[in-house]
Amino acid sequence: MNLFSTFRLALRALWRNKVRSMLTMLGIVFGIGAVIAMVAFGQGAQQSVKDVFQSLGTNVLSLSNNTQRTMGASGGAGGGASLTWDDLKALESGEVATIKWIAPVLETRSAQIVSETANWNTGVLGTTAVWFKIRSWDAAEGKVFDEDTGNSNAKVTVLGKTVATQLFASEHPIGQTVRINGQPYEVIGVLAAKGQGPRGDNDDTMLIPIKTYQQKLEKGLAKYIRGQLLISMHQDDQAEKTIAQVTALLRDRHKLDGDAEDDFRIRNPAEFAKAQQDSTERIATLLAIVAAVSLLVGGIGVMNIMLVSVIERTREIGIRMAVGAKPTDVMTQFLVESLVLAAVGGVLGLGLGYLAAYWGAGYFGWKMFFPAATAGIAFGVSGGVGVVFGLYPAIRASQLDPITALRYEV
Amino acid sequence: MATPLIEMRGIERTYVMGDNLVHALRGVDLKIEHGSSMAIMGTSGSGKSTLMNIMGCLDQPTRGVYTLNGKDVARLSRPQLADVRGRMIGFVFQSFNLLSRTSALENVEMPLMYQGVPGRERHKRAMAALARVGLEGREDHHTNQLSGGQQQRVAIARALVTEAPVIMADEPTGNLDSKTSHEVMAILQGLVAQGKTVILVTHEADIAAYASRVITLRDGLIIDDKQQTPIKAEVAA
Repeated sequence: MNLFSTFRLALRALWRNKVRSMLTMLGIVFGIGAVIAMVAFGQGAQQSVKDVFQSLGTNVLSLSNNTQRTMGASGGAGGGASLTWDDLKALESGEVATIKWIAPVLETRSAQIVSETANWNTGVLGTTAVWFKIRSWDAAEGKVFDEDTGNSNAKVTVLGKTVATQLFASEHPIGQTVRINGQPYEVIGVLAAKGQGPRGDNDDTMLIPIKTYQQKLEKGLAKYIRGQLLISMHQDDQAEKTIAQVTALLRDRHKLDGDAEDDFRIRNPAEFAKAQQDSTERIATLLAIVAAVSLLVGGIGVMNIMLVSVIERTREIGIRMAVGAKPTDVMTQFLVESLVLAAVGGVLGLGLGYLAAYWGAGYFGWKMFFPAATAGIAFGVSGGVGVVFGLYPAIRASQLDPITALRYEV
Repeated sequence: MATPLIEMRGIERTYVMGDNLVHALRGVDLKIEHGSSMAIMGTSGSGKSTLMNIMGCLDQPTRGVYTLNGKDVARLSRPQLADVRGRMIGFVFQSFNLLSRTSALENVEMPLMYQGVPGRERHKRAMAALARVGLEGREDHHTNQLSGGQQQRVAIARALVTEAPVIMADEPTGNLDSKTSHEVMAILQGLVAQGKTVILVTHEADIAAYASRVITLRDGLIIDDKQQTPIKAEVAA
């Protein structure tokens, strides 16, 4: 018996029980759909996490005060700070060769900013000119700080796109004045839009020169840096070396004994990003597993229906055997039926999964991923499901005794 | 012809039913020539169904020799037996045993499918077989749209289409009224005239009267074997 006839036979048999075939298929449709959608969601989520951290720069370290230690053990003049402006000078001196740029960052999370016509609450950053280089962030309008401005106490500011929009709407912001705590600052630049970051909207920020920040927001030039230092390295793979050298230098400068805890902390955002990515990956894997279980349930549904079908069609099997069908013919017939169920279900599931992935990408605002490899695998799996779960019923059918089968009354 | 179509020697068939051994056939010897017609009679439990199952290669004897058309078929595997069945034997059952919700044509084509006959030839041969039983124009009817007599004729067409030399008819008129029974018997007698060997299993004497030979079974043994002049079925005008 040739394969073409077998397929025609299978399609006819399935068509004869349209509703049942469709319901059985649904299990596979949702199973495959879920696998595709979940893998696509997972990839989308991972990519969005990756994008967020890419926006920070991959060869950047942040150096901050170890507030836990300093608060507990030494307390003292820095108000929880241990890093000094002299530490910064030492690090800028080139002693640690892997450091390319280093920028101090003083930060207020929330300040009221007022323009002629509007006001807005945002974070204010005091920093130097190299900060823009480290973040590889340029002005869309006007200019960012040059070296002199960055180290001065000039009352100028560079606005993030969001702040500029909120304060000036459609007006041209360059040359305008904004006020922080009643002090006027001239807007010299607006940064290019960067979008969402790990701490929310990257563009909801404004920058002022480091000295200005110290004088106007910290009220006085302190010895300690109550903020952090942003370090960029020449190469991506120098993080470990840099961390070791900076640690050695600072421990020496801070006169820390052999077993004393560091009074500063160096963070590697790339590592943090990796941890984040790992956790999204775990969630994605979990989702895929749950989806795979639903596919398994769909497969069991196919097996169930095929078993029912074998029992219902016992008489038919007997007739076919009486006129010369071999056990393998009968087995093939039922196997092809479950294969067709699973394959058609698989194709519909691909469509459903694609739609779900598309919708998900729109809803969560990340890139559309259609996992082609997964789609291929899922389709293969659905065929496999058809064969594996159709095999047992098909074998049962093929082992029927023709005499018993012919006498079988439904 | 030198070798008989069917030759059985010392056929026994034993079933295990629970703890009991049931001896359905206790040693049957039988020869059937090409182109003959024979009726197997007997009460229920006499072993006539078992004998037909073995003769039709649906079942195998526990002991004994069965040669079909010169070939020993008593010890074949299931697939081999299926092959012999397909080529050598056409079945006609009391309850027709057609596939429901399937056209007459497809039912008749089915045995050819398992012999790997290509679609076009299958169609041609099935149409010819349907014509031989007087069902031209009904090929697209679903079997459940046909009368009992028509259904049995579809079954006969299905038995004919493979050109199998043996037609085994198990109570072929059991579900038919007497007029239709006569029509069916007329078709079967016509087949004998064309050289087929027709074996009837029946418990009705007036059906057995259409055959040229009648054997009677009781308790798994042939107790009577007689030749007779068959009555002629009246061909419906």
